[in-house]
Amino acid sequence: MGQTTFEPWNDPEVEPLIQFRNVTKNFGDFTAIDDQSFDIYAKEFFALLGPSGCGKTTMMRMLAGFESPSSGTILLGGQDIAPIPPNKRAVNMMFQSYALFPHLSVWDNIAFGLKRDRKPADEIAERVGQMLKLTRLEKFAKRKPHQISGGQRQRVALARSLAKAPKLLLLDEPLGALDAKLRQDTQFELMDIQEKTGTTFVIVTHDQEEAMTVASRVAVMDHGRIIQADTPANIYEMPNSVYVADFIGEVTIIEGRATRTRNGDAYEVAFAEGQPPLRAQSDRSFGIGQACHLAIRPEKVRITAEKPEDAANAVQGAILDIAYLGNLSTYIVELPSGHLIKAQTANTQRLSRRSFTWEDTVWLSWTETAGVLLEG
Amino acid sequence: MRRMTWFNATSLTLGFAFLYLPMLILIIYSFNDSKLVTVWAGFSTRWYGELFRNEAFLDAAWVTLRVAVISSTIATALGTMAALVLVRAGRFAGRTLFSGMIYAPLVMPEVITGLSLLLLFIGIGLDRGIFTIILAHTTFSMCYVSVVVSSRLVSFDRSLEEAALDLGCSPAQAFRLVTLPIIAPAVISGWLLAFTLSLDDLVIASFTAGPSSTTLPIKIWSSIRLGLSPEINALSTLLISFVAVGVIAASLTSKRASLRRQAEERAAVAA
Repeated sequence: MGQTTFEPWNDPEVEPLIQFRNVTKNFGDFTAIDDQSFDIYAKEFFALLGPSGCGKTTMMRMLAGFESPSSGTILLGGQDIAPIPPNKRAVNMMFQSYALFPHLSVWDNIAFGLKRDRKPADEIAERVGQMLKLTRLEKFAKRKPHQISGGQRQRVALARSLAKAPKLLLLDEPLGALDAKLRQDTQFELMDIQEKTGTTFVIVTHDQEEAMTVASRVAVMDHGRIIQADTPANIYEMPNSVYVADFIGEVTIIEGRATRTRNGDAYEVAFAEGQPPLRAQSDRSFGIGQACHLAIRPEKVRITAEKPEDAANAVQGAILDIAYLGNLSTYIVELPSGHLIKAQTANTQRLSRRSFTWEDTVWLSWTETAGVLLEG
Repeated sequence: MRRMTWFNATSLTLGFAFLYLPMLILIIYSFNDSKLVTVWAGFSTRWYGELFRNEAFLDAAWVTLRVAVISSTIATALGTMAALVLVRAGRFAGRTLFSGMIYAPLVMPEVITGLSLLLLFIGIGLDRGIFTIILAHTTFSMCYVSVVVSSRLVSFDRSLEEAALDLGCSPAQAFRLVTLPIIAPAVISGWLLAFTLSLDDLVIASFTAGPSSTTLPIKIWSSIRLGLSPEINALSTLLISFVAVGVIAASLTSKRASLRRQAEERAAVAA
């Protein structure tokens, strides 16, 4: 791998910072984490993404020390952390509710962890000053948490958890309480701070856009298992399952049966009576007539009035619905077989007349490499 | 605002008269010059003077105060601990039974509590005196404290304690530095409740008091049996004003605190 890209997970020489080894966590009869093994590397921004109840928060609480695995081990820097209580771990956490101490000022909240380490007063003051500067909170040092806005509280919580310069920072849905615009600004701020401090961040979120924006790698979770852990680009372009493809971004999923084409470099997917089969390339191998799913991202589907000349896949249908999102328009097209396919176009020109409207008959086309073929 | 109708005005007057007329009469007669309680003989403060020369009353007041301060302090410590365990411990065998048993003394007739304590003290051969009253008052006021504190703890955000642990506190430090300051208002009102309960308890104190340790309510009760004295009126008036000043001060402080908080929050939003 090149020197410029940050991909320690592809370098067998690099020792991971955190190793989960066959970790299982049960709460009574309920299995929150099901025999998971994976690594997180130093300086990574690692996102645990999944719907609520998928086990992502349990994973994080085990790292913080508030839960212990039912079986398996978690290593931090090569050391088993099971016997270490939360107050002795070089791990800090930013809580979903921020958990700011309401009776202490912003300054005292940030200084709280440093004071527990019995650091000299001038050292504490210097470090708190740095943190206030980093999070642009200098003006609010004397305020109490209830006297500042939600965005400022979020920054106090971040400053407090970073003050002790932990090896690992855990962020539990850190931006959940912020409105969309502020959330976006804060995401970039988080990435900036992560880069400046060189701390390893593990973020838990159910917001796929957030995970994709901030993380170096995203682990998509479901029912206590990591389904796929990879870079945002790979997660999006090369999902390993229908679940991941469906969870991340918009997608059209067509069920069918795969058969290898005669020249052997692609598959043909038969999906409906009276429709030509769809063509898709795949690294995976499928048996003759094996059940499969074809996942197609809407932005890779072209929408035209006439049938395109040399498209690998072209189907005709009627526009059922149009969603105008400002920068994009999404068309939902119904095929005669009843299948719905999404197509997206960028609105690159202002106030251009919309070419298509409801119930227009249109052609949808995409290349052989646009769709991802997944096991059924 | 709705207009005050005749019906509303009448019911308001009657209601308040029902509540406060007896006390008003008591206060008026405490300034009566006559030794006869029911005959008005002009304004005077002589019974207040007499009261402060009466050693027996002063002794009783001193006993009452000591009992109230010590028993409410112990009750607050024990009640807070009980509340913490019952709210925090999660599920364990007999949890419902235990929390029910904490609240049971609230509805237990005082006579029964007093009697059972008396039997216990006699059984273990404990001489009755201030110490036994303190024990008895601690016993029954502890459950009031635990009710007040646990209702606050139910809404307490546990992640605050987790944050304290996460930042390097031992569990004991987390309690002292984070939990206690936050639940302090509930603990203080629990203490005040225990204090007032101890201050005006007659039944349990009369079971557990010895000859050397008469509390004020016992003293008032026993002197009334010997005939009404204007001194009692004066004493009661003092008690009423003591309580009234306390209640008004407490509500004014909390009102001011909440107003200040609102103003600060407005300022924060504007900033």
